Amino acid sequence: MSWILILEQSLNGLQFGLMLFLLAAGLTLVFGIMDMINLAHGSLYMLGAFLASTFVQLTGSFLAGVLLAIPATAVLGMILEVSILRSLYARDHLSQVLATFALILIINELVRLAWGSDAALPMPAALSGPVELLPGLRYPSYRLVIIAVGLAVAVLLFFLVTKTRVGMRVRAGASNREMALAMGVNIKALFTAVFGVGAALCALAGSMLAPLFAVQVGMGENILILAFVVIVIGGIGSIRGALVGAVLVGVVDTIGRAFLPILLGAFFQPRVASAAGPALASVMIYLIMAIVLYFRPQGLFPARG
Amino acid sequence: MRSKLVAAALAASLTAASQAAERIKVGFISTLSGPSAALGIDIRDGFQLAVKMNGGKIGGLPAEVLVGDDQFKPEVGRQLAEKNVRLDKVNFLTGMVFSNIMLASVPVAFENKVIYVSPNAAPSPLAGKQCNPYLFVASWPNDAYHEAAGQHATNRGYKNTYLIAPNYQAGKDSLTGFKRFYKGNVVAEVYTQLGQLDYSAELAQVRAAKPDALYIFLPGGMGINFIKQFVAAGLSKDIPLIVPGFGSDQDIIRPVGDAMLGLFDTAHWAPDFDNPANRKFVAAFEKEYKRIPSVFAAQGYDAALLIDAAVRDVKGKVEDVEAVRKSMKAARFESVRGAFKFNKNQMPIQNYYLRVVAKDGQGRIVNKTIGTIFKDHGDAYVQECNMK
Repeated sequence: MSWILILEQSLNGLQFGLMLFLLAAGLTLVFGIMDMINLAHGSLYMLGAFLASTFVQLTGSFLAGVLLAIPATAVLGMILEVSILRSLYARDHLSQVLATFALILIINELVRLAWGSDAALPMPAALSGPVELLPGLRYPSYRLVIIAVGLAVAVLLFFLVTKTRVGMRVRAGASNREMALAMGVNIKALFTAVFGVGAALCALAGSMLAPLFAVQVGMGENILILAFVVIVIGGIGSIRGALVGAVLVGVVDTIGRAFLPILLGAFFQPRVASAAGPALASVMIYLIMAIVLYFRPQGLFPARG
Repeated sequence: MRSKLVAAALAASLTAASQAAERIKVGFISTLSGPSAALGIDIRDGFQLAVKMNGGKIGGLPAEVLVGDDQFKPEVGRQLAEKNVRLDKVNFLTGMVFSNIMLASVPVAFENKVIYVSPNAAPSPLAGKQCNPYLFVASWPNDAYHEAAGQHATNRGYKNTYLIAPNYQAGKDSLTGFKRFYKGNVVAEVYTQLGQLDYSAELAQVRAAKPDALYIFLPGGMGINFIKQFVAAGLSKDIPLIVPGFGSDQDIIRPVGDAMLGLFDTAHWAPDFDNPANRKFVAAFEKEYKRIPSVFAAQGYDAALLIDAAVRDVKGKVEDVEAVRKSMKAARFESVRGAFKFNKNQMPIQNYYLRVVAKDGQGRIVNKTIGTIFKDHGDAYVQECNMK
């Protein structure tokens, strides 16, 4: 097992983690500030990917397609917030879960009506080859771009939340909603704006990951579960927590998938080892979540005071 | 007068019962959406092409083909099979791509004595101990392509081979089949999750292992993603990739493109087979759908012809399932693959060929036949089948 392999797998984990972060960032803000469990967050991820596929076909440019899909999804997200989700804030979590689960089903079927079950979003040709990072380490250039975009967004979000006035209000809302309201923050407008930003991040993640995976109905559901794990580990409402949690989950998942079968292969039959490897890797994620919950029930970087 | 009428009606209904059915219903369940939809669509198009070329008839009877999408989910496949068998009362069931969906769904057909004609999946349990009189396989036993690929790797003298397959029945069958005829050393045997779309972790492991060859069994969208990511990682320059026939067929060539050229694969059929039935099929398929048929399309077409021949032989009396079985076992039709016959377990005994992905006269990327690997090859499980 060479260090190049470990480095390459770490990059894979980082790439997956940063995309998880884009999803988790929106989710954690919505959950943290509005105290709203939005299961339909994954549907926005799916909508973003489908919209990007259409826009890429219309414009003939990957970049233009993605840049158009982001505001389009943000607008759709804000419409969703104003029309439906707003009336759910005052309800308990169970009602929110039920209502947003219904939204998942409705949006899935609407997308199936509008686009069909899947759509195509090919990788830009210029990025479809590898680049030589180090002697002996060739890495797919598209994955490097994903890492770069993920890091850039993380820095931008961090700056937005910690250094700007809007960010201050967002943090105030996350740590104590009633107090922020009492101090005259326009919570309604803030909520809609935060929801729009969350939807935009979903669209970015969906359209960046689509060329690697596939644009299909239901693509948001599995990844949403991981995003929830991320925000629980990181601390609900905390951008920094979402970043740390996402990279942790991404790296643990990839390392587990890569190295656990080898480790287990020393003791068991290959079929048992490679079946148990991925399963154990996903258990490790939940194990981390359980440990964090036991020692720090508020998550690694709690936002609430 | 009245009693006469009743008698006449009775007589009419009696003769009707022993006469041919008026039409034939076929339940067609396949994966028609999601990343692996191309496979199901090719099987469907092949099947429907055969019916269309027959003037909308199967075995001389007007045919109704009920198409259902299993959405790549065993439970949906099962529900559709229940509906087709119990509610629609279909005469035959066919269509499924994936072994796990098929294994979940076919018991409904077997229990109700409805014949399932497989246009693709033929998992090993159904070849051996659990072989079933109501199952006919118009394609090939699950292991066969992989056995041929293992033989090819042995012929090429690859000393170290790395194996990847999804963790489900057909994945296990595939690597078992490969190893049965591969004489070299297996570096690693990796089972990934079924439906996995990101292979970055697996590719990094392959790069580090530096094998002489890599064998993958990743049907549909999994294969498309794997091969794209394999090329994007720059591995295609260093490691020869071997795939089973459908691993480099039209559904994968279309999205991946030129990167596929030079890939070797093994199959029971190729579009360039020079027999009258195949020339007719390939020309008609290209005319109808404006694309080159894949092995899946050929299998769907053959499945329809197999049903057609069996129904014709019993003169349309599809209610007599035992008679239909008997005539189906004879497989009296012109298969696009050339001659084949059914084994004791009702799976084919046939030839398997080595193919290479190359450009044809019109510059299109296609599979070309370059040699025969097995002649009259059956499967390794037939001894365990007690069917007469």
